[in-house]
Amino acid sequence: MKNTLEIKGLKAGIGEKEILHGLNLTVPKGEVHAIMGKNGSGKSTLAKVMAGHHDYEVRGGDVLLDGESILGLAPDVRARTGLFLAFQYPSEIPGVTIANFMRAALNARRAEGEEIDAVEYYNELYQKMDLLKIDRSFTSRSVNDGFSGGEKKRNEILQMAMLGPKYAVLDETDSGLDIDALKVVSHGVNSLRGPNLGILVITHYQRLLDYIVPDVVHVMAAGRIVKSGPKELALEMEKKGYDWVETPVPA
Amino acid sequence: MSGIVAQDKPDLQIDQDQGNFSYPEDYAFDAGTGLTEKTIDYICDTKGDPDWVREFRKKALKVFQDKPLPTHWASKDLENIHFDDFRYYLSKGAKPKRSWDEVPDDVKKTFERLGIPEKERAFLAGVEAQFDSEAAYSNIKKAVAEQGVVFVGSREGLKEHPEIFRKWFGKVIPTGDNKFSALNSAVFSGGSFIYVPKGVKVKHPLQAYFRINAENFGQFERTLIIVDEGAELTYMEGCTAPKFDSVTLHSAVVELVAMKGAKLQYITVQNWSPNVFNLVTKRGLAHEEAEIKWIDCNIGSRLTMKYPGVVLKGRKSRGEVLSIALANNGQHQDTGAKMIHAADETTSNIISKSISIGSGRATYRGLVHIPRHLKGCKNNTECDALLINSESRTDTYPAIVTRGEGNSVQHEASVSKVSAEQIFYMQQRGLSEGQAMSLSVNGFVNELVRQFPMEYSVELKRLIDLEMEGSVG
Ligand SMILES: Nc1ncnc2c1ncn2[C@@H]1O[C@H](COP(=O)(O)OP(=O)(O)O)[C@@H](O)[C@H]1O
Ligand SMILES: [Mg+2]
Repeated sequence: MKNTLEIKGLKAGIGEKEILHGLNLTVPKGEVHAIMGKNGSGKSTLAKVMAGHHDYEVRGGDVLLDGESILGLAPDVRARTGLFLAFQYPSEIPGVTIANFMRAALNARRAEGEEIDAVEYYNELYQKMDLLKIDRSFTSRSVNDGFSGGEKKRNEILQMAMLGPKYAVLDETDSGLDIDALKVVSHGVNSLRGPNLGILVITHYQRLLDYIVPDVVHVMAAGRIVKSGPKELALEMEKKGYDWVETPVPA
Repeated sequence: MSGIVAQDKPDLQIDQDQGNFSYPEDYAFDAGTGLTEKTIDYICDTKGDPDWVREFRKKALKVFQDKPLPTHWASKDLENIHFDDFRYYLSKGAKPKRSWDEVPDDVKKTFERLGIPEKERAFLAGVEAQFDSEAAYSNIKKAVAEQGVVFVGSREGLKEHPEIFRKWFGKVIPTGDNKFSALNSAVFSGGSFIYVPKGVKVKHPLQAYFRINAENFGQFERTLIIVDEGAELTYMEGCTAPKFDSVTLHSAVVELVAMKGAKLQYITVQNWSPNVFNLVTKRGLAHEEAEIKWIDCNIGSRLTMKYPGVVLKGRKSRGEVLSIALANNGQHQDTGAKMIHAADETTSNIISKSISIGSGRATYRGLVHIPRHLKGCKNNTECDALLINSESRTDTYPAIVTRGEGNSVQHEASVSKVSAEQIFYMQQRGLSEGQAMSLSVNGFVNELVRQFPMEYSVELKRLIDLEMEGSVG
């Protein structure tokens, strides 16, 4: 379907182990969906399988971006098609500055010889950094190298802001953030909300959803979505814990 | 016929047919294959060498024949060089058999991306013939002549400036230094001779392109640079060799002399095709308060053995080697640096960065020699290795140091890896696997490259990009 990110009966695993057991989820553009789930329920696996991580083997189902399957595409092609993943554990890239990294990423989306104009680029970068209350000196630091947990998460959202994806998956972007940083990051994400972006927020705390208020909340357990509902579901989960939804309802 | 036995290297995943082109073998001056006294006579007669050079060459031939291959410490791969099958001299290149239109598109594209000036592209692509064993010099030659700088080929140098040439030729690197310096001494041709007079500071770097342009032809340049008291020079040597079918031998000797208070910087960015044996001896002699700096970047080749050095002969002289080696699949970079401290208060600095990809192998060999009787000498050595994928291999044979009392020596080494996770992260931002690796490699060498002249850091970056793009998919 146009203007949706659809996950249909997705089965994926590593080696003998199946982690996602036929997962269904649809995120329309313009909406924010949240996935809540216990540690180990397969949330990061879902994010990485969508992004094309080579460790995971897809064993069934499909992932469609605006109606087109992306499972056959290389990770970088998926990214350029408009899928962004804010990593739970972002990698460090020693010696490569944020400024150079982002510029390379933007240029990778353009035809050869049509590199982004430097002035235009820095204007954009500084504007997005201001939005996320990131100091200008940040641009000359190596990507995530020696960053605090909070800095890494902010850097992920900065990249999301710069790359302008169609669909963004934020994997535990709240972990490691203190309350002030959480507010800044949430403000950044909220300012990107709009009719042209679908967001899937992964978390296991309800707290984040006070700041990034979702349209729909899904609960994940053992590799499946076991319950979906309005934003109030998040509060209910917080109160009752995960156990009451643990046993999946038979289809 | 090939001079080097093709070895069974299944991991050499480079398309050898791409960009190949060959030259007709009817060279006007051809010494034939193999190396005997007759070959030497042929070379001397053709070049019109003076008698002292003929004698020098013949002595060198004996040394070469007597010296064993250094396989006991270096690579056994050296045994695959069959010296009898090479042509050792070839002076007049016949017109190559293709036009610019026939140059494969990928070769053209490579030149473009490397930013090679249009005039040089035709030459490098083999469309324009050049004297095979002579170096091609840029117009800068004329400009510097006005300052009294001599910038000529080695043959012209020894004929027209014998007083300076003979004084230093073979003095920094004696014939018997190693088997390959002996080989070069026997059959050298091409290379540069430069003399910078006292106090002259040459503003623009002098530059020469060398290349191998006949299949199966070894190139034996001989470069001698003398920078007189208080003078300054930067010399840049670039090698962009196209791909050839058969394996090739390159064995140069470069001697540098920096007189009192002189500054000399020698920059090499090499990009050999993956079938070349590159066995080079490079050394500088620094007099009082003089400074010699080698910037040496080695990309490509089947085997490179190269350890630029500085003999710190005068008080307060300084020596520096900044090197980058990139060993791609099937390649072996055996590089390093030598610092021979021979006077008080001498300083040396070595920074070596190596990158090994796939089955590529990078070895660092260092020698820092500080005799016990010297005072106030300093050395700093840093060796960093970057591994891309688990097969890669890196070895460090660290500095062998003799310490005197009042001397300080510092040594640091590190090995890091580009992880699959890191590549995936970059791919998720939209960079291809090749671009991601290239960015990681550039990140690894960045700090060092910042010390290079601008144009060379740009060229190096492009070369790394090309190399990394070629190493995936
Ligand atoms: N690379 C991996 N290798 C082996 N097992 C993995 C790997 N990634 C995830 N798993 C397993 O899959 C399950 C789900 O993990 P994950 O997706 O990280 O959960 P969550 O993000 O919800 O905490 C866990 O049991 C975990 O151990
Ligand atoms: Mg997780």
